[in-house]
Amino acid sequence: MSMAATPILQPVERENYLNKEYGAWSWLLTTDHKRIALLYLLSITFFFFIGGFFALLIRLELLTPAGDLVQADTYNKLFTMHGMIMVFFFLIPSIPAVLGNFLVPLMIGAKDLAFPRINLLSWYLYIIGGVMMMHCMLTGGVDTGWTFYAPFSTNFTNTKIVEAGLAIFVAGFSSILTGLNFVVTIHRMRAPGMTWSRLPLFIWAHYATSIIQLLGTPVIAVTIVLVAAERALHLGIFDPKLGGDPLLFQHLFWFYSHPAVYIMILPAMGVVTEIIACFSRKRIFGYHFVAFSSIAIAVFGFLVWAHHMFVAGISVYSALVFSFLSYAVALPSAIKVFNWTATLYKGSIHYDAPMLYAFGFLGLFTIGGLTGLFLSALGIDVHVTDTYFVVAHFHYIMVGGAVMGYLGGMHFWWPKISGRLYPEGWARLAALIVFIGFNLTFFPQFILGYMGMPRRYYDYSHMPEFQILNVLSTAGATVLGVGYLLPMFYFLWSMRYGKPASDNPWNAAGLEWKTTSPPPTFNFDEEPVVIWEAYNYEELDAPHEEGVPVAK
Amino acid sequence: MLNNFPLWPQQASTTAGHVDALYIFLLIVTGMMSLLVFTLIVFFAARYRHRPGVRAEQIEGSTALEIVWSTIPFLIFMVIFAWGAVVYFKERTPPTDAAEVYVVAKQWMWKVEHAEGQREINELHVPVGRDVKLIMTSQDVIHSFYIPAFRIKQDVLPGRYTVEWFRATKPGVYHLFCAEYCGTQHSGMVGDIVVQEPAQYEAWMNGGSTGPLSVTGEKIFAELGCSTCHRTDTQGRGPNLQGVFGKAVQLEDGRTVTADENYLRECILDPGAKRVKGFQPIMPTFQGLVTEEQVNALVAYIKSISLSKPTGGAKTDASLAAPGDPVLTRAQAKVPAQSNGSQVQ
Repeated sequence: MSMAATPILQPVERENYLNKEYGAWSWLLTTDHKRIALLYLLSITFFFFIGGFFALLIRLELLTPAGDLVQADTYNKLFTMHGMIMVFFFLIPSIPAVLGNFLVPLMIGAKDLAFPRINLLSWYLYIIGGVMMMHCMLTGGVDTGWTFYAPFSTNFTNTKIVEAGLAIFVAGFSSILTGLNFVVTIHRMRAPGMTWSRLPLFIWAHYATSIIQLLGTPVIAVTIVLVAAERALHLGIFDPKLGGDPLLFQHLFWFYSHPAVYIMILPAMGVVTEIIACFSRKRIFGYHFVAFSSIAIAVFGFLVWAHHMFVAGISVYSALVFSFLSYAVALPSAIKVFNWTATLYKGSIHYDAPMLYAFGFLGLFTIGGLTGLFLSALGIDVHVTDTYFVVAHFHYIMVGGAVMGYLGGMHFWWPKISGRLYPEGWARLAALIVFIGFNLTFFPQFILGYMGMPRRYYDYSHMPEFQILNVLSTAGATVLGVGYLLPMFYFLWSMRYGKPASDNPWNAAGLEWKTTSPPPTFNFDEEPVVIWEAYNYEELDAPHEEGVPVAK
Repeated sequence: MLNNFPLWPQQASTTAGHVDALYIFLLIVTGMMSLLVFTLIVFFAARYRHRPGVRAEQIEGSTALEIVWSTIPFLIFMVIFAWGAVVYFKERTPPTDAAEVYVVAKQWMWKVEHAEGQREINELHVPVGRDVKLIMTSQDVIHSFYIPAFRIKQDVLPGRYTVEWFRATKPGVYHLFCAEYCGTQHSGMVGDIVVQEPAQYEAWMNGGSTGPLSVTGEKIFAELGCSTCHRTDTQGRGPNLQGVFGKAVQLEDGRTVTADENYLRECILDPGAKRVKGFQPIMPTFQGLVTEEQVNALVAYIKSISLSKPTGGAKTDASLAAPGDPVLTRAQAKVPAQSNGSQVQ
């Protein structure tokens, strides 16, 4: 709603999606995918800073070995709520629901998503889920960890499991509907000439993501229903005393929650692909390999869930199979990294802020991916699973990868979204601060993990030798916090004071840059016809090309 | 200050060496991979930075390169996979003659009982150089028995046994952590693994024992009246338990299972689930009537009357009971159900 209060006040301005209508209702009842994207942007930013605040409290508690800042139960709720909010209310919707929502129709030359009202419904479901989660937190919270392991969650804890589960259940439908909308839109609404092999790789990544959202999310919904039923009716699904199996819960949970990691990282890969192409002024090396590796990740991602359970009591033979398949899913990610690197070769590389985030992504995602090889190795996983090694690994993927990608994308498309330029110097500084802060926070945790520090400990007075690494990590977290606050301030600042953006300030390829900044409500004044390949930077940079916008 | 700032965990078991060797290999391999990628990125970023008037050279891709950089990493991955699997299989296969220790986890405490009868809480004394097999179960939620210095970890589940083993190589006191989040005092569920020289260990062992666990189990076996049906001849209403441990058992429903610790445990707590062929479903459940410690003692007793070596273990890990073991049909299983008398339900 604050978006409505900050229209772009220019005396002579074309009508666009931002200034077409004003007032709360024009936003709350909008079916414009771009406005819905901004509704999502506001909501996920809110949850990001709540989740981030919890993270800061966790890091402050771990500054000293003794459990002195908060109570044990409070700490347990903090890491639980941090995980639930960051996973379900920030990371999963982040790129798809904001950048995807905004860009999927623009990039394929459509007027809107296939189901605009369902798109609005998905935002409302997200908000209902979010309000339930906030209510749950404010009235006591949950202390199971975001993983809800049975039988602790079903038979032992007295915290608000059912309410938190219900919040995730509702938000899950938001995710399913977004995925459904993208799949139908990408299949049915591409502009004439926009063949599958001319699609930007951002679209391929979102297509793969949508498949996971559609096929995976119902499983977590079923799992939550089973947990609620077990709590209320003592059916004995997960309770061994009644003949149930607690490992069944883990299988169901990870069947969704492992692919969910790819819901977070695939869209970030899509963003980074666009940025690298633009700021190297090159077509992407091995377009088809990058495209199909997204699909391969989505498919193989469903076959590796039990690698979270190597010490849980599964048979050694199933552990063997899941270890092997985990290496299979690592391969497409490696292929992507090599193709991005090769794209830089003989490019004409610019160091604008989005590219700095993309470089950051490459570095951090590579470390996150390679440490995944450690965890997939059965003998090593036994030692490091459930320690800070795992915590560091998945933060390198989810924060180093997904959040870097998200921030890079926000900078890259901000001129299109807001019609304004952000301050470049500040943005480069923020990218640097985030990169340094991130590594300082999470790299020491790899060492802590191999040393044996278990995760989810609020008190480590039994092993004070872990303190120095924890102090480094906490120091890094404060730096990281600054790095995340900066963009919020200068983006807000730029909406009023930023220089107006041209239609294509980066001279980038892609249909989204061929309409105005910000775009009109139905995106294009006339339906575009695509007669060029994706990433046609050669034509864009040709000296005497007519009718192509040129960067300032 | 640096004395208190170690960067590498202590190495105090045979497994630790195997895990560290693979870890170092991985550090080198992934270090080289990241060095390669980062060097290329930095080099390209510097060498091909934008210069006015110089345009990028468009390259479509290269199938040959794609094949190379898919195949080489895949081969490296397979080496890591195989090495990791070998370490894991060793670590998951307890030696047959390992000393057995029963562990019961509960919120938020580790209760340990040696086969010789010593009990400990949040401590485990073991001698240097002897294989020790932990047979673990939980009274409530899932816990995880983690000794970083030994590089071993195994979740401890309610309703079943899980097993891990180690051979300590260096005397000392090492951390024991609960590694699976288990509620409020999860971070208080820590303890010490005390590794002693054999002589010291014997001295410790000789103090304060309540007698071997199997003897305790024998008493419980008598007190609960188990021996009225599970007689030592073939005339009992339940199977004769002499020699049953580690053998294959034919079930009423046609399946064959190995009588390992988990099977014995299940038969005590849920007798109907896997009933031996030829016997009536007359045994009541002891779920809720016996504590986890008493189940452990009963299992230890049944094992003691099955094995020539009282402290010996099964041929393989309970969870590893190999399907290829020769099937030995028990004499009792062939005995038709007793016809005599009214059967008490």
